[in-house]
Formats: sequence, C-alpha cells, structure tokens
Amino acid sequence: MNISDKNLKNEERASFALRSLYAGYGYSQFKMSKFEEYDLYVRNKDFLISDGVITFTDTNGRLLALKPDVTLSIIKNCKEETGVVQKMYYNENVYRVSGSTKSFREIMQVGLECIGDIDAYCISEVLTLAAKSLITISDEWVLDISHIGILLDVIDALGLSDEEKRALIKCVGEKNLHEAALICGEREGAPLLLSLISTYGNASDVTKKLYALGVREEYIRELEDICNALDVCGLSDNLRIDFSVVDDIKYYNGIVFKGYVHGIPQSILSGGRYDNLMRRMGKRAGAIGFAVYLDALEALSEKSERYDVDTLIIYDENETALNINRAATRIRDTGASVIAQRKIPEKLRYKRLLKLSCGEVTVLEENA
Amino acid sequence: MKKMLNVALPKGRLGEKVYDMFEKAGFECPSIKEESRKLIFENEAAGVRYFWVKPSDVAIYVERGAADIGVAGKDILLEYAPDVYELFDLDIGKCRMAVAAPRDFRDNPQKTLKVATKFSNIAQSYYSSKGRDIDIIHLNGSIEIAPILGLSDVIVDIVETGTTLKENNLEVFETIVPISARLIANKSSFMFKSEQIEKIVNSMKNM
Repeated sequence: MNISDKNLKNEERASFALRSLYAGYGYSQFKMSKFEEYDLYVRNKDFLISDGVITFTDTNGRLLALKPDVTLSIIKNCKEETGVVQKMYYNENVYRVSGSTKSFREIMQVGLECIGDIDAYCISEVLTLAAKSLITISDEWVLDISHIGILLDVIDALGLSDEEKRALIKCVGEKNLHEAALICGEREGAPLLLSLISTYGNASDVTKKLYALGVREEYIRELEDICNALDVCGLSDNLRIDFSVVDDIKYYNGIVFKGYVHGIPQSILSGGRYDNLMRRMGKRAGAIGFAVYLDALEALSEKSERYDVDTLIIYDENETALNINRAATRIRDTGASVIAQRKIPEKLRYKRLLKLSCGEVTVLEENA
Repeated sequence: MKKMLNVALPKGRLGEKVYDMFEKAGFECPSIKEESRKLIFENEAAGVRYFWVKPSDVAIYVERGAADIGVAGKDILLEYAPDVYELFDLDIGKCRMAVAAPRDFRDNPQKTLKVATKFSNIAQSYYSSKGRDIDIIHLNGSIEIAPILGLSDVIVDIVETGTTLKENNLEVFETIVPISARLIANKSSFMFKSEQIEKIVNSMKNM
C-alpha cells in the first residue's frame, strides 16, 4: 500500500514514525481493549492526569471504564522475571477530561514502558528514545530532565510539615524562588534548595554545579550516564537538567523528564521512573516509561491548503458515466486530485474548473 | 533570525508601570507610549512584541502560549492555577486577599458560612484548609453589598486601602494571602527563549 505523506495529519505521521522507532529498538506492541475494570483506576486515582473516568456497567454487572490511561493496564498485566526487562510500546486512544471546557476527549497517545530489572543502560535507552521521539516531531526540541531523588534529599532535610512540603514542591515546579524562600525561612538547607531551583540549563554545566553543591554523587552519576548516552547519538545539545520537572512524587522516583517542541505551549512528552507506583500495585520490579501526547500536535502550524481539490469537472446530465470516468482517470493519473460534479458545490475551492460535454473537455477556469 | 518575545501586559496603570520595567531591562518599544487605541506594539530591533490584555486574561494568554511571558496578579494565579512558571515577584500592585464582614459580624461555626466572592477557588481552598463548611456565592462585581443585603455572611475579596470596605460598613476579619504582581512565563517558551527571559528577570531583580 502506498500512503502519501501529504494526506496525513501531524499526529498520524508522528504515530507511524514513533511506532517504527520503538519497534526498531525491539519494543513489542501492547494492545489492549478499550475497557478496563473501573476498580484499577479508583485504587490509583492520583496517578491519572485527570479526575474524570467514563464508566458504564457491563451486561454481567461489572463496572467498567473507558481507559483514561495505558500505564496502569501494562503494569497490571506484566510478568516479573529476574534479570529481564519487558519492553513494550503502545498506541492507544485514551479518554480524559481535558481543556478549559472540562469535557471528555479522546486523545491519541503513544508511549513505551520498560518493566523489570531497570539498569543504567535501560534508563539511557528510554531517554534516547524520548529524545528521538521529539526529533520525529520537530527540529526544535528540548528534553528537560530532573532527578526526584536529589530534590527529595534536599526537601526532606529541611524538616517541613507535609503541607509545607507540598507547597514547596509546587514552588519548585513553578521556578517560584520568592515563595520557596518564604517557606524555607532561615532553615539550614534553604540556600541549597533555592540553588536547585535556579540551577537549570545545559546538562553538562548543571552536573558540574551539582557536584559543587554537594548533591548525592550516585544521583549525579545517573544524570551523567544519560548525558553520555545522548552524546553518543549527538543529541546532548538539546538536553537540559531542570528541577522544575516535578511529577507526583508518590509514584515517581529517580529520573523524571518532559519534552517540549517549539510552537506547542505545553509539554508533549512526559515520563519517568515509577518504581513507587509498581510497589503500590504490589510489584517488585522497577519501571520507567513515557508517553507522547499526540493530540497536542494539532497546534503545530500546518500550511492550510488553498484548494480542496486540484480539478473540478462539471458534466451535464447527458454525459455517460464511462466518459466521466475516462476524463477523471486521465487527470488523476497525472497525480492531481479530481472531483466530478453536476454543478459547482458551494464553498468548494478548486484550482482548475473543467467542463465535460459530449466527451469533450474544455477548461473554464484556471487558478494560479 | 532573532525570535520575537511576546509579552502580555495588564491594561491599566499597573501595566504602564510594568512596561517601564521592561523598558529599563532593554526591551523598549516607544510606540506603546503614543496615544492610540492599538493593542499590539512591536519593536523588531529589540525583538519584542507587547500587547495589552484584560488583567485577568494575562495568565490565559501565557498558559496557552499566545504570550511567552506576562505580568499577572497573584490573585489571578491562585484562582485559575495556570500551568506556568512564576519567575519573579515584581513587588508592585500590592494588596491582599481578605475575608471582610459587617463590623458586628460574629461567626457561628455551627452554621454553613455564606461567602460571596469573585474568587471562588481561593475562598474554597482557604475554608477547606480550615475545615469550615461554606456556601459559595459567585458574584462578578459589587461584592461589598452582598453582606449588607443579607445575600452572604462574609465576602472574600481584594483589599487595597480598605476605603471601599469602610464606606460600606465592612471591615477585614482575616487576611488570606498577600497579593502582588508576578512575572509569569509559558513553560515551553521558557525552553526556547530562556536567554531573553532570563535577561528580563535578572534586570528586574536589580531594579
């Protein structure tokens, strides 16, 4: 089958490219049903990006949900095997509340998950794939990575109440130095936390600064491993370390990351290491993965087509179907799109208007 | 080619003050000071485009990426909780979010408290943090008259000098949070225009 690229929407093109990228690294596709037991989402409600889930009762009385997320289903179905990492990717529609209208939307999502004995190689492979995913979408991209371990070490040392901690983590996510300073007050670890908020940028510069700040070296080395892996592929220029990437710390630990492309106002890729979520779901294995939100790609400017169709053929009622077919096929064979109509449809924008009468074609209109 | 930095400024006196700060930071756009009804001003040489928008809309422009950065009151940021970076407290446009009530008001904790406000989310989260059951009455203006007419027990609103409250026989009972203007940035824009944005933040820090 020959698929012309120009007929594909941004998100469809990206979906094809990403699937073949992940398959090239030996990831196998995870297919799932549209429905999942509602219970799975109730138990892990905070992990879901949006609160709302579409539910319905199955014929046997079970409460089902249209899946708002794929990761939870993958974890539920994964088998644990020592020394092995299961590598899966998915391309599924999820159903979430989104946008300012707070109504349900069907969102096309592509992503991958690694579950098992996660090691440094595995982490760097996932980050490489995240970077390569962004490249398939745009030339101007940034992969922002952070380490939850570093941040929690510093925050825990401050000795704050749970409420203050939550507020502080929010400030870190907003790069909100002034309010973070108010929460930390005169505490001993305050300057270190404030330095973390204002330390961001090129990965190799930041890791140097982190050594100087006295952050736990084991964590810095994890970040360095990623930089080195991306360097090998020539991707490290677009890699930034930025502690404002804070996802739910109840689920994530270690490396977390977000991907941005120029022209889309929010992150279009998001992921991280989620061993904590695995524990909560009763699994011993580690896990890391990410999702790409393809619905956001609509925002990327596409040149709007000036014409709906290249050629419009108008035929009168005495014209035979064979003649119309012949005339249209002849033009279509040259690569142009053709529509045949009895009269000019309202609002149809065409490049060329032809008239077919008694098997004779005449040009009525030619638009540049 | 240099990327243009899009800046959403809040219409009004505060916005003019804010523009002066941007100008000092090296992002001048003289045409903005000319009398006109135009809303968009551009200085290609300085790489900046300003537009005047309703103060409560600044956060929306920035969150959705129509503006890279903007200046919004903390009240708006608390109320709408946009997903943006809050980079700097400009320390201007200062006031406070407060609970006000008629002078003779006594809170009866056994009754649901009726709260009239434009800031439903702020009021809700303030009272839920105190475990107080409330009934929110969302109004769009003239909040002060709600307790006078018996529509509500108290109001949650911005208090600058307190004159309006006094004229309506109300007084501040509790301060919820101090408010001032904040420099906010779109998260994605920050990645791609960080140099220009940092230049502004650093220069404002030194003013």
